[in-house]
Amino acid sequence: MDSKRAILEALRRTDLPPAPLPPYPAPVRFADPERQFAESLLSVGGRYLRAADAAQLASQLAAVEPFARAGRMVSLVPGVGRSDLDLSAISDPHQLEGLDFAVLPGAFGVAENGAVWVEGASLPLRALFVVPQHLALVVPAGAVVQTMQDAYERIAFRGAGFGVFVSGPSKTADIEQSLVIGAHGARSCTVAILG
Amino acid sequence: MGHPEAAARFVADDARAHWHDQALWFVRLKRDRQAHGLPEWEELRSCAAQIKAHTVSRLPQYLEEFERNATAAGAVVHWARDAEEHNRIVHRILSERGVTRLVKSKSMLTEECDLNPYLEARGIEVVDTDLGERIVQLAGEKPSHIVLPAIHKKKEEIGVLFHEHLGTQEGASDPTYLTEAARGHLRERFLAAQAGLTGVNFAIAETGGVVVCTNEGNADMGTSLPPIHIACMGVEKLIPRLADLGVFTRLLARSATGQPATTYTSHFHGPMKGGELHVVVVDNGRSALLAAEAHRRALSCIRCGACMNTCPVFRRSGGYSYGAVIPGPIGSILSPARDPARHASLPFASTLCGSCSDVCPVRIDLHSQLLAWRGELAEKRLVPAGKRLAMKAASLVFRHPALYALGGRVGRFLLRHLPRALLYGRWNAWGRQRELPPAPARSFRELYDGRDDG
Repeated sequence: MDSKRAILEALRRTDLPPAPLPPYPAPVRFADPERQFAESLLSVGGRYLRAADAAQLASQLAAVEPFARAGRMVSLVPGVGRSDLDLSAISDPHQLEGLDFAVLPGAFGVAENGAVWVEGASLPLRALFVVPQHLALVVPAGAVVQTMQDAYERIAFRGAGFGVFVSGPSKTADIEQSLVIGAHGARSCTVAILG
Repeated sequence: MGHPEAAARFVADDARAHWHDQALWFVRLKRDRQAHGLPEWEELRSCAAQIKAHTVSRLPQYLEEFERNATAAGAVVHWARDAEEHNRIVHRILSERGVTRLVKSKSMLTEECDLNPYLEARGIEVVDTDLGERIVQLAGEKPSHIVLPAIHKKKEEIGVLFHEHLGTQEGASDPTYLTEAARGHLRERFLAAQAGLTGVNFAIAETGGVVVCTNEGNADMGTSLPPIHIACMGVEKLIPRLADLGVFTRLLARSATGQPATTYTSHFHGPMKGGELHVVVVDNGRSALLAAEAHRRALSCIRCGACMNTCPVFRRSGGYSYGAVIPGPIGSILSPARDPARHASLPFASTLCGSCSDVCPVRIDLHSQLLAWRGELAEKRLVPAGKRLAMKAASLVFRHPALYALGGRVGRFLLRHLPRALLYGRWNAWGRQRELPPAPARSFRELYDGRDDG
């Protein structure tokens, strides 16, 4: 007998009455989700920017130290930053090593935890959100939802696909519970609400 | 060695035991701040518990749904009855593709299966990439906590370890400096790896996806650079719907570390372009746990570690004192289910205060289960003779009020008049680390009988 059948049969030997699925609780409502998003983002170590258009955002980013210092960067957001690497020409994610900064589109933000949903389909290479040393995510204005419960109402997977919530920069507290920013992924995470 | 003996070793270093206690209590307080910040917190816990209970009641159906959808998305699903089969499958996937360098992110399941030594014995270099796990791997140890693997280590010890293995400056122990060194060292490993292995926090039946949560981004480095991703999960990781993640992601990080979310919550449906995704679904005793009515609810565990951070026994005795892959209150339920004789002391490593049940995000009745285990172990005659005798004596005294009153009088007399050397002798475990309370002049019963009704 193959293992799949063996496992399923072992599980079926315990015949449980079906327990019903509960309704989801009514989640908290923040009066000003965008302000809450900014607060949450700061609390998880992120940097918050608010810009009316790409030009304004570009000048704001110029004042962000890791952006200003970046030797090599890529941007997938038109009019913001520059691309020193032709992403359409590479297929090996290892070539992303050495990038100092990446500017990527975020689909929406989540007010309760400062997370931004990054769709795999928007990235030519999945590693773009984690390999570059610093990260900026650009989220369209009006695209901030209240909680994760609201967030999953906006997400669907049909067949293959990748997506990730990014909430602030990479971090660890594995040495004596001391918080250190910049574990393996981005050393800083700037989120800009644009529009 | 049982829990009391192992714990005695840990508390022998008083300063460290105290530090460990405080460090975990600090995490507990952070968890409280997050939990109290959400008005619907208690409802979320109930909802999560019910979703888990529902899933567990239809596990075969959801597993088949998961396999169907995962396969449609391009993943390959493997099934393993036990640890040995799990290790064999992972090794076969790697060896067929000529992989000799594997990076791993945290997976308690692979600890349970002892995967690392299995692969290393077959010529595969395995690098644990979670900082805490890398620390214990370099030290030749096991994680002492499921979320904070190196919480038992002081930064000076990590400094020595890193000096030896990563070439950091001798005597350096600054956490930022050490973390930076690990980042550089592990980035090389990520770039050199031919495959990445992760655990699974949640597997979604409806979409066939697996979700992995980390703060460091190590799972993401390990699954976005090498083309092969192996995700290992116990059958209990399933949830029915994508939207259920709205409930579980709100609970997990808040309960685990007191953060509103983990930094990275990654959803994998199928492999990256040109790559492979393998999902290994493991039973290894879980179907037996499902059959055990008294302990079935332990299958709901989402491995947040909150029960460990709050447990007064865990905080003061350390993870290693449990002698099990999963320590703490939840481990003390899971471990005897695997091997009651070997882990017979664990259900007694609890004050039954119920704090674990109070913080559990999926409302597992941990302290009730610990109590239930004590009864089961007594029935199996796996409780030490001394304890059995003491319980018999206590039962006799509590059934006879006159005996109880006499015992109280004798006790109060002895507390006052016995010489200290005798009172705090080896026989009295209660006098080992603490002063006994002063004996009251009169018992509660005497006070009550003599009360003024006016």
